[in-house]
Amino acid sequence: MLPIIFILPLLQLVILSNAATFEVKNIKFGYIDNDRSATSRALIEKFGASTYFNVLQAYPTQIRAGAAMLRGEVDVVMEIPQQFARDLQTEQHHTLGVTINAIDGAAAGVENVYISQIVQSYNQSIIIDLSQISDAQIQPVMIETIPLFWYNETLNYKTFMVPGILVLLVTMITLFLSGMNIVREKEIGTLEQINVTPIKKSQFIIGKLFPFWAIGMALLSIGLIIAKLIFNIPMLGSLLLLYLYTSIYILVVLGIGLFISNFTDTQQQAMFIAWFFMVIFILMSGLFTPIESMPKWAQLMTEFNPIKYYVEVMRMVMLKGSGFLDILPQLIKTLVYAILMNGLAVWSYKKTT
Amino acid sequence: MSHDEVIKVEGLTKMFGDFAAVNAISFEVKKGEIFGFLGANGAGKTTAMKMLIGISHPSSGRATVAGFDVYTQAEDIKKNIGYMSQKFALYDDLTVKENINFFGGIYGLTRKRIKEKSEALIQELGLENVANQLVGALPLGWKQKLSFSVSLFHDPKIVFLDEPTGGVDPITRRQFWEMIYKAAHQGTTIFVTTHYMDEAEYCDRVSIMVNGKIEALDTPKKLKEQFQAESMNDVFLKLARG
Ligand SMILES: Nc1ncnc2c1ncn2[C@@H]1O[C@H](COP(=O)(O)OP(=O)(O)O)[C@@H](O)[C@H]1O
Ligand SMILES: [Mg+2]
Repeated sequence: MLPIIFILPLLQLVILSNAATFEVKNIKFGYIDNDRSATSRALIEKFGASTYFNVLQAYPTQIRAGAAMLRGEVDVVMEIPQQFARDLQTEQHHTLGVTINAIDGAAAGVENVYISQIVQSYNQSIIIDLSQISDAQIQPVMIETIPLFWYNETLNYKTFMVPGILVLLVTMITLFLSGMNIVREKEIGTLEQINVTPIKKSQFIIGKLFPFWAIGMALLSIGLIIAKLIFNIPMLGSLLLLYLYTSIYILVVLGIGLFISNFTDTQQQAMFIAWFFMVIFILMSGLFTPIESMPKWAQLMTEFNPIKYYVEVMRMVMLKGSGFLDILPQLIKTLVYAILMNGLAVWSYKKTT
Repeated sequence: MSHDEVIKVEGLTKMFGDFAAVNAISFEVKKGEIFGFLGANGAGKTTAMKMLIGISHPSSGRATVAGFDVYTQAEDIKKNIGYMSQKFALYDDLTVKENINFFGGIYGLTRKRIKEKSEALIQELGLENVANQLVGALPLGWKQKLSFSVSLFHDPKIVFLDEPTGGVDPITRRQFWEMIYKAAHQGTTIFVTTHYMDEAEYCDRVSIMVNGKIEALDTPKKLKEQFQAESMNDVFLKLARG
């Protein structure tokens, strides 16, 4: 127990302070260049040079860009209108439409600031260029961006946080209940009485899973009702799909809980270990820090974070109205995870010591 | 070798690190017998019993219970035995009836059979008034009797009782032994541990365990002759003095 008390928190310190920052990085930037002038290319290059933006992707039309955003392939799309360069010369003022994926509202706000900064610095550089070209009276050039936040138009904090918080509720309760459960029976001695019966290991684990699974589904239902009634969170996608995903997801969490329970001797140990994973899972779920902003090794770690998938699915289905095929990758990974964790739970439950 | 022996143990040993909690014990138990497994606290009784009921791997030695090997057929043993732990191990947060239904169900008894048997059982134990109360609220003596009855509920061939009378009053102890006799009379083999030496008198044969080893094994009568003792308590004291 003593090593656990020191090692686990130190691990958390190292992992989380690197991974869970509030910086937004690696923003996937796309553009629609209808002008194809030197000026428009120079502006786009400005974004390419920024350390915050990467994956410069050109889209032919707004429709194609929108579809890519729905699939999560792009975070920001800037549209440069025809005659951009010419209008800029004649009018010295221009507006640019920027579409930002605001499913994570906090990140969207930060992205909007970055974009404005880059455009500002671009404005500065044009002024300098113009002053070199001619001695004519220098007119200030102004490009302004007009952001359009998709999936969460008003950047309502609650719209993107409530689905995430709902994920945490469902996860925490089911993890702690299942994590405490078998170890509690070890402590009070009833597990020994079970172990002398001819019960099959899989029967035992399924018997343990089912009540907690039902509790998790009930929590989701209550949470969704509150999300609708009190916070008026939109529900664009299919409820059925959300329930389908959740029903598999809870099995993952319960499998992890029962696995922890099998490996510990006291509820205190189990609680400690469950908390360790919970904190890492939450802070690396993309709920607070966008996954793309994390260092590569941390991004790799999040592949094993079930909460990440649930947050994604919950936001996608509720806010974007994503369908079955959109969440299929998450669904498959979660299913594999569920089979794996419950297999481990059955395996690690030993009737004979 | 006769087929009457339902438990056969040879050189059974359990090590915890360097410490031999059970040190090469050998004995046999016959069908229908009440076998007293005696020893002071810490002698190794519980440890030995856990190996026989298939929840603890032996370090070495051999043992079969109801004809099944403890190493390879633990789950078959479990179908044929009942076990009452020295620590009360029914669910405190379930009622008397729920506990009976639950354990009856695990052993694969039908609903109908469970219903019939549990009604008879509750009546026999005089628990009609508390049948729907949580077990946690019952007095210890009642809990012990219920726990014993649950261990017999699926009609096992052998029942293992670990200090079944620990901490209960003399009257309840007396009643408890009557229940044990009744089960034995119906053909169940009883393997019972105790550190109350007076209870040894009620057993057909007893073994006395000291520091992990079996130091004496015979009927109470013969042991008293052998050690020229008045009571089993004297036998034990003489053994303990060495
Ligand atoms: N899991 C264990 N690890 C280490 N030592 C143990 C363990 N279980 C029992 N022991 C030790 O083995 C000895 C026998 O214990 P036990 O079988 O419970 O005795 P009894 O039931 O006769 O009172 C004791 O000294 C006890 O401390
Ligand atoms: Mg004991």
